[in-house]
Amino acid sequence: MNCTKIDAKWIVYSDGKANPSERREVEAHLASCSACRRRAEEYRAMWNLLDELPQILPSPSFDAAVRARAAAEPRRGRWAWLVPSPRLAFAVSMLLVFSVWIATRPVAPNPATTSSAATQLNGEADFRMINDLQVLKNYDVVSNFDALSDLPAQSSGASQPSAQPPSDM
Amino acid sequence: MARSDVQLMLEVKAGDEASFELLLRKYRTPLVNFLYRMVRDQGTAEDLAQEVFLRVYRARLEYAPSAKFTTWMFRIATNLALNALRDGRHRQQEISMDQQADHGDDAASPWEVADRRPGVEHELIQRDRAAFIRRAIAQLPEKQRAAVLLHKYQELDYDEIARILECSESALKSLLFRAYESLRVQLAPLVGHSAAVGETGELGR
Repeated sequence: MNCTKIDAKWIVYSDGKANPSERREVEAHLASCSACRRRAEEYRAMWNLLDELPQILPSPSFDAAVRARAAAEPRRGRWAWLVPSPRLAFAVSMLLVFSVWIATRPVAPNPATTSSAATQLNGEADFRMINDLQVLKNYDVVSNFDALSDLPAQSSGASQPSAQPPSDM
Repeated sequence: MARSDVQLMLEVKAGDEASFELLLRKYRTPLVNFLYRMVRDQGTAEDLAQEVFLRVYRARLEYAPSAKFTTWMFRIATNLALNALRDGRHRQQEISMDQQADHGDDAASPWEVADRRPGVEHELIQRDRAAFIRRAIAQLPEKQRAAVLLHKYQELDYDEIARILECSESALKSLLFRAYESLRVQLAPLVGHSAAVGETGELGR
């Protein structure tokens, strides 16, 4: 029959950390319970035995090994936040270069938007023509039709249209 | 005037390597011993202890003293030890009372005297006793083992150990009670109370 009356308080009591009421309770019980008294004795003996366990020493190279491992760590310091990651830094800088390059590229001249008024008109007509691609396929034929008067007819010879339909839209 | 661990760590954070050296010197032996008693292999214990210091060093720039330095450090150490045990990287050294002669061949602990001359009975007996005690501790379940080592040998407070083991204080005290009860029974033969020896009927158990 194992007496468990003071089990819950035993650790704090034997550590000397029991509060006064806990201490009184444990000591009162010990005074009346020989089994627990015996157990308390053995506990103390066990405690002393544990003190016999010798300490080992770290090997002579321990400190050097720690220092070597610490030195192998990636460099960090006050300015580390500026370069959180080399790859990221590279990507960002490439993006910047690319953006600047894009912004400074000269605008390619668009044949449909040069300053001449005539060509402006042509441009508009050309645009309408683009909407009628079917027409373009038979331009030579179609340009002869009177009804299609808005088609550009720069030259008298309908087979030689001077306005080139824009090929790149 | 001695600076506190927290102060030293804050200095390490500020880039003072000498303060790291001081922490290294102060805690290398306790750490190696704690880890050795946990994992039962000196090589692994040293490796893990170095890893603890490395992690402390690595975390220096983010260090914010919200807990005692020892709580933080031993928490790292305990987790590494428990992981190592789970990984099975430790070698169990089963030194029984009967195997007195074979300490030379495998990794005998460096402080042990390899002296077989007659007249060193006492040292042999001491070594056997130490082995017996070590084995009793090793036989504890891991969490109980860690609790005992932190309580008995590092003398940490209950709340510290509870934080390290991630349990409540009352759970910790219960853990300690069970652990010490086991040790009391296991180590009874060494105590010399013949009436206490035996697995049954001992003190009414």
